[in-house]
Amino acid sequence: MDMRFSDADLAFRDEVRAFIADNFPPELKDRSLYSMTRDDLLAWQRICHEKKGWAAPNWPKEYGGTGWSAVQKYIWNEENARAGTTPTNAFGILMLGPVLCAFGNEQQKEYFLPRILTGEHWWCQGYSEPGAGSDLAGLKTRAVREGDHYIVNGHKIWTTLAQHADWMFCLVRTDPEAKKQRGISFLLIDMTTPGVTVRPIITMDGAHEVNEVFLENVKVPVENLVGQENDGWTYAKFLLGNERSGIAGVARSREAIRKLKLMAEQESVDGEPLLETPGFSRKLAELEIKLDALEMTELRTLAAESQGRGPGPESSILKIEGTEIQQRVTELALEAVGHYGLVFTPPGPEAEAPAIGPDYTRGVAQRYMNMRKTSIYGGSNEIQRNIIAKMVLGL
Amino acid sequence: MDFSLSEEQTLLRNSVQSFLAGRYDFDTRYSTINSETGWRPELWREMAELGLLAAPFPEALGGIDGGPVETMLLMEEFGRYMVVEPYLETVVMAGGLLRDAGSEAQQEAHLPGIIGGDSVWAVAWAEPQGRYNPADIATTASASDGGYVLGGKKAVVEAAPWADKLIVSARSDGRRRESKGVSLFIVDKAAEGVNCRDFRTIDGRRASEITLKDVQVGPEALIGELNAGLPLLQRMLDEATAAICADAVGCMKALNEATKEYTTTRKQFGVPIASFQVLQHRMVDMFIATEQATSMAIKAALKLDAEDAERERAIAGAKVQIGQSARYVSQEAVQLHGGVGVTDELNVGHYFKRLTAIARRFGDEDYHLRRYARTG
Repeated sequence: MDMRFSDADLAFRDEVRAFIADNFPPELKDRSLYSMTRDDLLAWQRICHEKKGWAAPNWPKEYGGTGWSAVQKYIWNEENARAGTTPTNAFGILMLGPVLCAFGNEQQKEYFLPRILTGEHWWCQGYSEPGAGSDLAGLKTRAVREGDHYIVNGHKIWTTLAQHADWMFCLVRTDPEAKKQRGISFLLIDMTTPGVTVRPIITMDGAHEVNEVFLENVKVPVENLVGQENDGWTYAKFLLGNERSGIAGVARSREAIRKLKLMAEQESVDGEPLLETPGFSRKLAELEIKLDALEMTELRTLAAESQGRGPGPESSILKIEGTEIQQRVTELALEAVGHYGLVFTPPGPEAEAPAIGPDYTRGVAQRYMNMRKTSIYGGSNEIQRNIIAKMVLGL
Repeated sequence: MDFSLSEEQTLLRNSVQSFLAGRYDFDTRYSTINSETGWRPELWREMAELGLLAAPFPEALGGIDGGPVETMLLMEEFGRYMVVEPYLETVVMAGGLLRDAGSEAQQEAHLPGIIGGDSVWAVAWAEPQGRYNPADIATTASASDGGYVLGGKKAVVEAAPWADKLIVSARSDGRRRESKGVSLFIVDKAAEGVNCRDFRTIDGRRASEITLKDVQVGPEALIGELNAGLPLLQRMLDEATAAICADAVGCMKALNEATKEYTTTRKQFGVPIASFQVLQHRMVDMFIATEQATSMAIKAALKLDAEDAERERAIAGAKVQIGQSARYVSQEAVQLHGGVGVTDELNVGHYFKRLTAIARRFGDEDYHLRRYARTG
């Protein structure tokens, strides 16, 4: 057993670290994704693409990806998290790209892949519906073939950042007679098509992050079908498998804990730094130990992957533990800032004004609220436990 | 032993329930908290007309002779409807201080305005460096012109944007955190040198950061004795803590009802999700957490008039229990609602935020755990 990275991997880490230090625009560091413009959101991805061809770590090299090993991808994610860079457009790069590489036809690959890399196209994900959340295969959005088009009618929900999107990859029902998972197809929908309406959903932190997308008699050319009709569930599952890379968010949590400690050093309880009070330091230590364990679990998954095994359903562990840790960090931050955890700073002009309390208290309450989503999205933590029960424990 | 309500108490609860049911639906509240002023002065007047603002005052002072139990009943209903109006600050806190420690002249001058709904008060007790310790005061009060001059900074003064009067804690003697040397003063919010920066709180209310610069007050502004304000302040904060414990209970009961309603109607995999045992057990735990919180909220109310150590221990214990229950119930209610639970459009997220706010108001779990341990 050996938990060290190879010399080559360490050299790669240094290269990545230097590249980020030299190229990431400092004004974008740690910005809230929900108050950034589309161009701000895409800036880092574009720099990575133009300077290094590093926009898509998880694509094969022939399509403009990096061809990196599992360990290299891990290092890339870690270093980006450490530096607080802007995440790339997950829906295009992390999710759709690999599906198109694996199942798209030549025209689709040629047209869409380069536009994902450059950020010309912003993608959103049309999966959940009001009646199909945890039971995703219960989706009802209907696509009916008429000549060389599908006519799509339905209602998608929780569509993240659809307000920026040019395209949506969408699960639709093409065979209502078939058994649940069987009659689903994977369609690419141009958001400017007549009949597509995006309605914002404001979350309790005041952010406009998610949307509803209404589809009314939307004409989608048949060439925008990915793979085979009625095989969409296979591609959706493939996509979810890819989505899991980096889902543990170890480095981002590590960074969040580092900031939390800085806060807790500055806050004082009757003259003693909060960080040194027995109650708080114990909670913090417990959290860091959970994170240490998660990091090792992720490294074990990674090592197995490097040897050609997995990632299997064990990655549900990473989702459950990773999101619970992320939530706990924001909960302790809220605790750390005391009274200033009551301050609500809605996005918009007020968010740019000087903080009400010390600067580090800004947005702390909103982050606590915002992180509640993590145990719900991407397959709720209840569904993840079902997966482990069924697929790992065989119950 | 008997935990049932008297006939008058039942009447009071019924009347506040029917009052709020007709006036405080989700949409009305939503537009209120998003309006420029953030509250409804006209509703405040109606509350006065109904006698709600007179509840915790003796008849001799124009009240209806209610006590901690009456406050608890009202606050639980205010929690259930997520009332934003400044009952806690004006009636329970400022009114309570004037009732317990105000001079006859102060009571005559100010209680009619509070009871009649003409005057809104806020209590500026916390400071940026002091966290939850009411003795950690850097604001100063020095004798001047027969009265006092105040200077300092007060943190997160809830309801201050709506208030015309403030009660300010200041140090007239002693060092920071010393229990002697704290004094309480009535300050006109419009007085020269009072500077407010207003903001929203997470639970849809309003608060201010207040800077006091050479604020001159007369001798009649002092509440109680000079340098002996801390026990008064502490007693009042305990009464306020008991009140928000009841508020939290109202929120938790509402969340449990909403969660039950949602999970029994929401279908996934062809069945209501409440049929899954894993969710049933979590709703049972939410119910238990709420029952435990209810018990401690009642204990807090009933021990308010006990001697100091006994009262402090009951209040601290209640606040810890409420904090734990509130966190569990609010997080689980959101989780069991799934996506809709995190939206601004559903009341669940609003209850979540109110419980999150209550959990740190007047001290969080760690603060009250230490207090509880100290008084053991």
